[in-house]
Amino acid sequence: MPWESVIGLEVHVQLRTDSKIFSGASTAFGAKPNVQACEVDIALPGVLPVMNRTAALMAVRFGLATGATVNRISVFARKNYFYPDLPKGYQISQYELPIVAGGQIEINTDDCRKKIGITRAHLEEDAGKLLHQEFEGRSGIDLNRAGIPLLEVVSEPDLRSPAEAVAYLKKLHTLVRYLEICDGNMQEGSFRCDANVSVRPAGETGLGTRCELKNLNSFRFIEKGLQFEIKRQIQLIEDGGQVAQETRLYDPDADLTRPMRGKEEAHDYRYFPDPDLPPLVVDDELLAAARSALPELPDARCHRFSSTYQVSQKDAELLTSDRELADYFEQTAAACGDSRSAANWITGEWMGCLNRDGLRFEESRVTPQMLGDLIAKINDNSISGKIAKEVFDGMWNGEGNASEIIAARNLEQITDADEIERAIDHVIDNCAEQVMQYRSGQEKVFGFLVGQVMQATGGKANPKMVNKILRNKLSGKRHN
Amino acid sequence: MSITKSAVERVAHLARIHIEPADIDKYALDLSQILDLVEQMNSVPTSEVEPLAHPQDIELRLRPDQVTEVNARERLQAVAPAAERGLYLVPRIIE
Repeated sequence: MPWESVIGLEVHVQLRTDSKIFSGASTAFGAKPNVQACEVDIALPGVLPVMNRTAALMAVRFGLATGATVNRISVFARKNYFYPDLPKGYQISQYELPIVAGGQIEINTDDCRKKIGITRAHLEEDAGKLLHQEFEGRSGIDLNRAGIPLLEVVSEPDLRSPAEAVAYLKKLHTLVRYLEICDGNMQEGSFRCDANVSVRPAGETGLGTRCELKNLNSFRFIEKGLQFEIKRQIQLIEDGGQVAQETRLYDPDADLTRPMRGKEEAHDYRYFPDPDLPPLVVDDELLAAARSALPELPDARCHRFSSTYQVSQKDAELLTSDRELADYFEQTAAACGDSRSAANWITGEWMGCLNRDGLRFEESRVTPQMLGDLIAKINDNSISGKIAKEVFDGMWNGEGNASEIIAARNLEQITDADEIERAIDHVIDNCAEQVMQYRSGQEKVFGFLVGQVMQATGGKANPKMVNKILRNKLSGKRHN
Repeated sequence: MSITKSAVERVAHLARIHIEPADIDKYALDLSQILDLVEQMNSVPTSEVEPLAHPQDIELRLRPDQVTEVNARERLQAVAPAAERGLYLVPRIIE
């Protein structure tokens, strides 16, 4: 029987504020334990939360970008649970009235284009970190993370495969980075994902019993974790069993999921409106501020790239998948006036080098101006495409810009016909045998002779001119 | 509406409140009476009334996003029951 999987995702987007959502402690990553955990964060008696305006602004910006309803009034609630990662005994979150409701994100997979609904996005505080290494039978807690603002983005169960789930996450990841509301760093936990997944016979409309999957900390783990879980559920049902509603943890080393805790009790959070916090009101001023800070969004930019820069849809999608990358492309294209070559160089050589060296876009030593100048040098025949790769490597290694490297290494293309002719004469003299073979009809020897000329000129001769002059010479004609 | 003994035990567990077994019946009765009161209030027609999230008619005050706190770990950990290497220590959590 064919099965269909139904997936909904909950993504915790860490908002890029300087201070916490309800206190003035710093949110900087990597500090020593508890040096950024003040009285409010560690829940000393008598403290009160005071809301960070920028966190609200960022949530509104997300709502506007996804076509959602921004609720003019939203309410903070206490989500009660006892765990030392939140010493108050509750997490301040939003429950019945979130700041953002409804909205959608369009995804693109190999099969189709599809709109994924966003049920809601609500503001809440992050919890601290529990260190499970032992301290004489006790656990240690670092509360630096407690109180960092999160936007929890909950999708509708609109996703039908692990591939769609990954496409949605990548799109969401791109979006929050465009909006500059999250740094998107998954290793540091700035963008975390839980998944709700169930299976049903294809064609049915009711939902099967779902499991919640946690510990999905990279796009690859998300895909693999979901694949495993879907297979597990199908197998279980086909063997006559039933899926139990539970929370499961993905173990990337073993590539499987394990039950974490009984869901029933863990989810008895007894929410109620937090009496410390009156309703959050998004007034016209806040709304206008969020609207004015909206950048050109990824979909619009992708559309513009493919229509005005004449790059392929695939390249346009790749180039707009990151705001810095898209900026880099536009600046390079402007510097050389050749958007297609700019796209080719960026998606090929440049990104290849970044990947190889494990660098981020902004860490590239080759600036858009430098890459644009290099492309211009190819286009005005100063250097060949092959030499350009050598020049690029020089720029990558910090040897300077294209002109400097070309001059220092004497790489300028030879376009002087007399000089090329001299090199060709030299080759013809030295390769009498191959010349004979060519003249007796063995066309493929021509390539060898071109190679000899290129070698004799250190790869600098203009290949088109070499071709033309050599052919003329071999057929007994004079060039020009 | 009546609250069962097991519901009392469950709520007590969720709230981490210790209760004497002998008192459970009394709690069950008390809580049931409170729910009866709520039930009585439920009979008031409120479909035209906006839900109230906060008893005072005020808005949330917003502060600018500025770091105002300095490292006070030493002072704060001085009153903690246990701390080591900068971490607060709690009874071991098994998961």
